Amino acid sequence: MSDHDQSTQLAPPAGAAEPGSTKSDPILVVDNVVRHFGGMTAVDVGHLEVQRGVITALIGPNGAGKTTFFNLITGFDRPTAGAHWSFDGSALDKTSASRVARAGMVRTFQLTKALNRMTVMDNMMLGARGQTGENLFLSWLKPLWSNQEKEIRDKALGLLERFKLLDKQDDYAGSLSGGQRKLLEMARALMSDPKMIMLDEPMAGVNPALTQSLLGHIQALRDDGMTVLFVEHDMHMVRHISDWVVVMAEGKLIAEGKAGEVMANPVVIDAYLGAHHDTDLGDDALLEEGSDMEEQLADEVAEEETSREDQA
Amino acid sequence: MKVRPWRRLRASSRAVALLLLTLLVAPLTLWLASSPASAADTLCLPDDKSACLAGTIRSEEDVVPDAELTVTGPKGFEESVTTSETGKWNVKVTELGAYTVTLDEESLGDDLEALDTVGKTNVAKFKTTRAVVIEVRTTNYSGETSWIEYFTKSAISGLRLGLLLALASVGLSLIYGTTGLSNFAHAEQVTMGGLLGYAVINLGGLNLWLGGLIVVIICGFTGWLQDRVMWQPLRRRGLGLIQLMIVTIGLSLALQYVFQYFVGARSVRVVKENPETFNIGFVELTYQSVAAMLISIVVLGGVGYALLYTRIGRATRAVADNPALAASSGIDVDKVIRLVWTASAALAGLSGILYALVTGNIKWDSGMQILLLLFAAVTLGGLGTAFGALVGSIIIGLVIELAPVAHVPGDFKYAAAMLILILVLMFRPQGLLGRAERVG
Amino acid sequence: MDTVINILNSMAREAIAPQTAAVAIAVIGLNVHFGFTGLLNMGQAGYMLVGAYGFAISVREGAPLPVAILIGLAASVVLSLVLGLPTLKLRGDYLAIVTISAAEIIRFIGRQPLLENVTGAAQGIPGGDYRVPFQDLSFLGAGQTSFGPWNYFNTGVNGWWVRVVAWGVVFLGVLIVWLLARSPWGRLLKGIREDEDAIRSLGKNVFAIKMQALIIGGMFGALAGMIYVLPSSVQPDSMGRQLTFFCWTAILLGGAATIFGPVLGAVLFYATRIFIKGFANATVPDSIMNTQQTEQFSWIVVGVALMLLVIFRPQGILGKKRELQFNV
Ligand SMILES: Nc1ncnc2c1ncn2[C@@H]1O[C@H](COP(=O)(O)OP(=O)(O)O)[C@@H](O)[C@H]1O
Ligand SMILES: [Mg+2]
Repeated sequence: MSDHDQSTQLAPPAGAAEPGSTKSDPILVVDNVVRHFGGMTAVDVGHLEVQRGVITALIGPNGAGKTTFFNLITGFDRPTAGAHWSFDGSALDKTSASRVARAGMVRTFQLTKALNRMTVMDNMMLGARGQTGENLFLSWLKPLWSNQEKEIRDKALGLLERFKLLDKQDDYAGSLSGGQRKLLEMARALMSDPKMIMLDEPMAGVNPALTQSLLGHIQALRDDGMTVLFVEHDMHMVRHISDWVVVMAEGKLIAEGKAGEVMANPVVIDAYLGAHHDTDLGDDALLEEGSDMEEQLADEVAEEETSREDQA
Repeated sequence: MKVRPWRRLRASSRAVALLLLTLLVAPLTLWLASSPASAADTLCLPDDKSACLAGTIRSEEDVVPDAELTVTGPKGFEESVTTSETGKWNVKVTELGAYTVTLDEESLGDDLEALDTVGKTNVAKFKTTRAVVIEVRTTNYSGETSWIEYFTKSAISGLRLGLLLALASVGLSLIYGTTGLSNFAHAEQVTMGGLLGYAVINLGGLNLWLGGLIVVIICGFTGWLQDRVMWQPLRRRGLGLIQLMIVTIGLSLALQYVFQYFVGARSVRVVKENPETFNIGFVELTYQSVAAMLISIVVLGGVGYALLYTRIGRATRAVADNPALAASSGIDVDKVIRLVWTASAALAGLSGILYALVTGNIKWDSGMQILLLLFAAVTLGGLGTAFGALVGSIIIGLVIELAPVAHVPGDFKYAAAMLILILVLMFRPQGLLGRAERVG
Repeated sequence: MDTVINILNSMAREAIAPQTAAVAIAVIGLNVHFGFTGLLNMGQAGYMLVGAYGFAISVREGAPLPVAILIGLAASVVLSLVLGLPTLKLRGDYLAIVTISAAEIIRFIGRQPLLENVTGAAQGIPGGDYRVPFQDLSFLGAGQTSFGPWNYFNTGVNGWWVRVVAWGVVFLGVLIVWLLARSPWGRLLKGIREDEDAIRSLGKNVFAIKMQALIIGGMFGALAGMIYVLPSSVQPDSMGRQLTFFCWTAILLGGAATIFGPVLGAVLFYATRIFIKGFANATVPDSIMNTQQTEQFSWIVVGVALMLLVIFRPQGILGKKRELQFNV
């Protein structure tokens, strides 16, 4: 299966591959992650490897289990016994969400979790790792942490600038638009200099003008050596920036490969579009659809509920 | 309300928690063999220069008259007393300090024995009455049949308490399920039922059945009204669940004192007469408690049937499951919630009047005292699930009433409920019938 | 006119009473819990009772004053651990349910006749049993000092000494909370209040930090309990759920998550209650509302005030309206 060359090149294998194929330098290796809700199996991933230093897209229809999979491997939910996964060489099963993040795998949420009654700047500052002032016993001695605080603030300013939120720094996060909150969440995650960032539908609700520059940022992150795993519905974008695409449907991995190949795969088209066989994945028409976050979320909820009802 | 994941505690923190629990509970075991004190009303009136020692000698069957006691105290104080027709005794003392009361076992007669003939107390203040407990039992008390009898009686009371709790907790759980609100004022709805029963039946002189029906209707109306003038507008206003919860706490406080304002702090009764009793085998029951149990079973059965098989019941469960989806599938969520408030208040009122009938009295804070039991029951069953609340209530009722059989002093039964609550939260926080929640 | 002056005087006296200061300290603790961290502690009075018992019993049994204070604080830490370990990983209402229950149970247990020799059962522990070492520390000497409507013994059972110390502790509490709130640790608390999953996703140990907050707020509660009982006695029934509800009304009145809100809230709360009682006593004839009923009426007002505050001015007097527009 591992048909890629063994040189120092970190690029993923060319073309399509079986789901669960091995990578030359995987940063994340997942085995047997299973999660049932009642009688329904939301996630059942046998084997998955995520290549270091590339942008991997995780796609799949609503209710495919992508968010649940994210929750499982980031410690926000517990899989059925027998699951193993390791990140950057160390095992992560049986680890709490905060330790997963400290190991360098930081995520964002599909339903944005901005801290509404705090300012944008405070949101950002919370993202930074290893703050002396966060230790209760040292916190009351300002001199111990004021310098570090200044450095963190400078870093936050840089990121806010990059994400076009600089002039909002003193506003409450709750006053931002849905798209801006998504950006803030992403910027906040970057404050911790993660090795890998996992974005759950990062572009939903972000205005199209900004999307372009955001794509640029994501690519820049990769060029800086960060690994990116993101869930996205917008095929156009997936095709545009992802180096590798993994497809999930009904909890299982059904295909893996380069964007072009995967989207031409009949199994994927079938799973993804169901009745709309005539639509080309990655068509710009799909870009329009679902760009409204609220609508999309509402759809999603409804979709999930139906599947939940179905199995009840 | 923020949605939190349910996650198992890691073994280490669980062990620490267990350790701490043991620390908390260990002192309780020291008093396992003894039982609670009962205060006696006596004719001894303490004044600025004196205090009273008093008590009632009573076996598990009856009061014990003509028992002889000797009271000794500081400065060579010694006085003998004999219990009255009602088993009561009292002694007036004029010195502060430690007193010892000794029961002369000879005076008890052959069929009675004392668990411990000596009672001690410390008189710290004048103008007080100190109760001294000396426990007496019939000699065949610890026999085999007697234990079974005790057990059966307690199990029946436990079931009865469980059913009464269930009437209230099903509503509490449905309100939580449909609105996400932990209603701390639910206990006051229970009290309200009992006190209205007192007003309508005892004071108003209405027939018990008719009066009971009127009480339940009034209580249901208070639920309807609350949702109409308060909860629905507040939901529309978008008030957060935590704020709403604090509102229920304010309401609970206000209602408690409204009750006190009108009825005072004393206990009152729904019916004036003492209940008539009958026997099944060795178990003595009052007609009222049997009726209360039957009514609860019928009503709870009706609620269960409605939830499972009627349109509105299914709609209620759908709203409890997911309000947004229920609304989008054409269910009138506001109507369902209105109904839930009305029915819950009516059920709590019914629970209150039955509770008052069965226990013989009700007072302004009776509901508050069972609130802990209600929460324990609802948590045990799974917050938001009506059937879970039913199961949880029965279990809590049985545990509470059977605790004394296992030699837990009666007043520690609330601690037993607390213990269950903490254990459930540690090992199965979603409750017996609950379900884990979703993140992200 | 005389009644007006009388009412105003008793309001002024109530405002600086040691028990008002004690409640202010308890509310400072509750502010760490609820205001900053979002922890729903519905049993602050339980913490006060535990602190008071720990302190009073230790002194009575011969422990030196500082040791007794430490024992009272340690008791509250144990309570925090018992209540926090099973609940802090769960949804917020569980902590509310467990704390309100625990506070009641501590009171029940304290009242047990079986514990007569330890807690004094329902009678409680008389102040004389534990007050002396504290009074001996007074450097105010004997005699009486008068100041406006305030006229007390310098030391005495309920004099200037206990007032000075109580308000000194309030000041210290405010200072500590200010130091903590401006720090990154305080920022973390607010983050947890807003969305603890988000904070978890940033690699912070949310459980540990919530536990720290619970312990610190509980220690303030225990300290408050000690001061509460100094001028009187340890009465389990005086530290029941009503007292917890006062704390909540006071914090919502003053403004949660503000530095001075708790103190302002506590003072206003007690002064206002005296005003309502005095006013109702003076204006409503006894045939309509007797003295007993005015007392109850004042409680009803407290309950209704709590509801109205939460509904119409949840930010309290000192809170920022803007912050509350983004309720989740
Ligand atoms: N806590 C939960 N309880 C019950 N079912 C759930 C829960 N979380 C997710 N699900 C179900 O799992 C399936 C996968 O959901 P999700 O991971 O959100 O899909 P995706 O993110 O791919 O759209 C859906 O059918 C959803 O209803
Ligand atoms: Mg999703």
